[in-house]
Amino acid sequence: MKFRDEYRDGAAARRLADAIAHTVTRPWTLMEVCGGQTHAIVRFGIDALLPPEITLVHGPGCPVCVTPEAYVDKAIEIADRAGVILCSFGDMLRVPGADGDLLAAKSRGADVRVVYSPLDAVAIARADPARQVVFFAVGFETTAPANAMAAVQARREGLTNFSMLVSHVLVPPAMRAVLEGPGNRVQGFLAAGHVCTIMGLAEYQPIAALYGVPIVATGFEPLDILEGVYLCIRQLEAGRAEVENQYSRAVTTAGNRAAQAVMAEVYRVIPRRWRGLGDIPDSGLGLSGAYADLDAERRFGAVVDGDDAAGECISGLVLRGERKPPECPAFGGRCTPERPLGVTMVSSEGACAAYYRYRGAA
Amino acid sequence: MCLAVPGRVLDLSGDEPLTRVGRVDFGGVVKEINLAFAPEADVGDYVLVHVGFAIAVIDEAEAARIFAHLDEIGELAEFAGPLGAEP
Amino acid sequence: MSDEGTVQLAHGGGGRAMARLIAEVIRPTFDDPELARGHDGALLGIEGPIAFTTDSYVIRPLIFPGGDIGSLAVNGTINDLAMCGARPLYMSVGLILEEGLPLSLLRRVLASMRDAAAACGVRLVTGDTKVVDRGKADGMFINTAGIGAVVAPAPIGPQAVRPDDAVLISGDIGRHGVAVMAARDDLGLEMAIESDCAPLCAPILGLIEAGIGVRCLRDLTRGGLASAVVEIAETAGVSIALEEAAVPIREDVASACELLGIDPLHVANEGRFVAFVAPEDAERAVELMRAHPVSAGAAVIGRVGDAPAGRVSCRGALGVARAIDMLSGEQLPRIC
Repeated sequence: MKFRDEYRDGAAARRLADAIAHTVTRPWTLMEVCGGQTHAIVRFGIDALLPPEITLVHGPGCPVCVTPEAYVDKAIEIADRAGVILCSFGDMLRVPGADGDLLAAKSRGADVRVVYSPLDAVAIARADPARQVVFFAVGFETTAPANAMAAVQARREGLTNFSMLVSHVLVPPAMRAVLEGPGNRVQGFLAAGHVCTIMGLAEYQPIAALYGVPIVATGFEPLDILEGVYLCIRQLEAGRAEVENQYSRAVTTAGNRAAQAVMAEVYRVIPRRWRGLGDIPDSGLGLSGAYADLDAERRFGAVVDGDDAAGECISGLVLRGERKPPECPAFGGRCTPERPLGVTMVSSEGACAAYYRYRGAA
Repeated sequence: MCLAVPGRVLDLSGDEPLTRVGRVDFGGVVKEINLAFAPEADVGDYVLVHVGFAIAVIDEAEAARIFAHLDEIGELAEFAGPLGAEP
Repeated sequence: MSDEGTVQLAHGGGGRAMARLIAEVIRPTFDDPELARGHDGALLGIEGPIAFTTDSYVIRPLIFPGGDIGSLAVNGTINDLAMCGARPLYMSVGLILEEGLPLSLLRRVLASMRDAAAACGVRLVTGDTKVVDRGKADGMFINTAGIGAVVAPAPIGPQAVRPDDAVLISGDIGRHGVAVMAARDDLGLEMAIESDCAPLCAPILGLIEAGIGVRCLRDLTRGGLASAVVEIAETAGVSIALEEAAVPIREDVASACELLGIDPLHVANEGRFVAFVAPEDAERAVELMRAHPVSAGAAVIGRVGDAPAGRVSCRGALGVARAIDMLSGEQLPRIC
């Protein structure tokens, strides 16, 4: 497939790895803030090609992983009601709430449906006007505009049986939270390419300047990630902390204006609680006043943030890049994808699940 | 996060910006994709698709840039030895 | 009995209606002297050791590109017998029909069972029919059991696998799972992929008759190549190293997997198998397999090692090996 296979070329990857090895003179720790990149790094073994000086840590880049337990509980509570169809992306179905997950709700009779696109949820509402259809809208900036279009479409069609349970999160505030953390060891970021496709690069300039960290907008294929690492290391070695764009085939400085316009109409920026990171100001999106009537929390009651059960799971430290999954004593033994202790082992994009799947239990 | 896959636009339908759609070919698999966020997308363009929406038209010139860059850093590493990749 | 009607609860009730369904629809389709005797079971004479297997089939949609639940059920059991190193001979058919199932659909499925069995010289000799309430059976479920005569000279199974054995696959992976996913209209995918559903007895018997040192055979079903190979590594107590570039996969299947965020190594197949053979026989085995249309895409994809036991790895595009595990839970399309 064009724009995929050529970015997985082994010889080119080794040349980039050589260039990185030639450039690096001392240890550096880089963080990617995107589960898709985490997945590619572990799946292709990109970290194994890097010189020992470079440590890649994996940030809070999985929107499913950071969705608070209280929202999962709310989704389950709504799904369990008679006359309701709850629509969700497949990723959310196995994410545990305080007591079970959406798959368990489905197995006891709740009508839970996996959708590929948010517009599929609107189509389900259109086809079944007698039932309330609730779309569980999660995701980062990449997914937010598509989910916003579901609201726009439902409004245009005058659907009264469609609403959204919104738990959207924003990446730059999470990067700040990681950098502010007392145990922070991140010295440079690979910014999530598709988030940048939507939002552009402007938000990253102040972070790079304030914290003195290079930030490189980076794609998802092996050559993209290696080039992102190369550009980041080159900046670090030269004492620079700038915003660079590795993923220029899909990212422009201004971002996607059409998507930003729909987001501005449908959402407003709100504080959000992140699983593992806690409360972060201005780090989430909720429905704007104009779309408040489509808010599932208005129809089915507000989500009340509680304390997420912590137990033995160290997913908070993993999401902040302070620990790698194999450094957890429960990893691969008491905690596996079949019997997960925490959400980073549940979602296929979670760092723990990626390590377990591609590196094995040991 | 945010799985997005490149595909080639086969045809377009709909005039309204928010409901304009195209059939997009992903290496032999064709799916109808919403083009609200890629108003400039034309037949033959490659778009990047996430949850049923095109989020960008892929810039083909920029896409080739990494390979030019590879040649460049390959030569630098060869001729200058360690640290030689610093421009 | 006309084609217009539908299956009624009475068709499973043990009375006249059931007798008519069997006499007018099922028996004439399968047309076997054992069935025609109308006895409680089949009386068969078989020489030597036998292989005996059973499997149940549930699938939505019942008809998919490249097959239907009937061909799936017959080929599935034929393949299980072949993997035991046996020549498939006889099969039973248990039908669980949902009230309201169109008789025309039932006839079609039965005809495709008959054709699939005939293609391998297998006889459908005994059966059972039940009808359940509407909404209880996704149209229909089928159970088949099969008996075959063992022809392999040495036991075939994970216990026979040795370090250095070659791992072969019979063709490209993932077609069945992707074709079935595409046939469910909720994903809105247009593609020209047909299921790989097919009987595998011909290439297997070919390997055995040619004297290839076949150690272990496994047909790939749900859970895909990954689950089959991991299961064998765990049971045999060996490690297995695969080469990703050697595993055949069609471009459109790979693209569909990419689009849905699923790993082709975990996608279902219904007409593919892996063969573990003695290293010196690997090349000849590939040639023998390629002579049969169902395994024309055969290839060597890896090698057995001695340790660590149960560990399966796969060397990818960048030359780095990753661990391969069985599928965890249900395969769900993902966004992230």
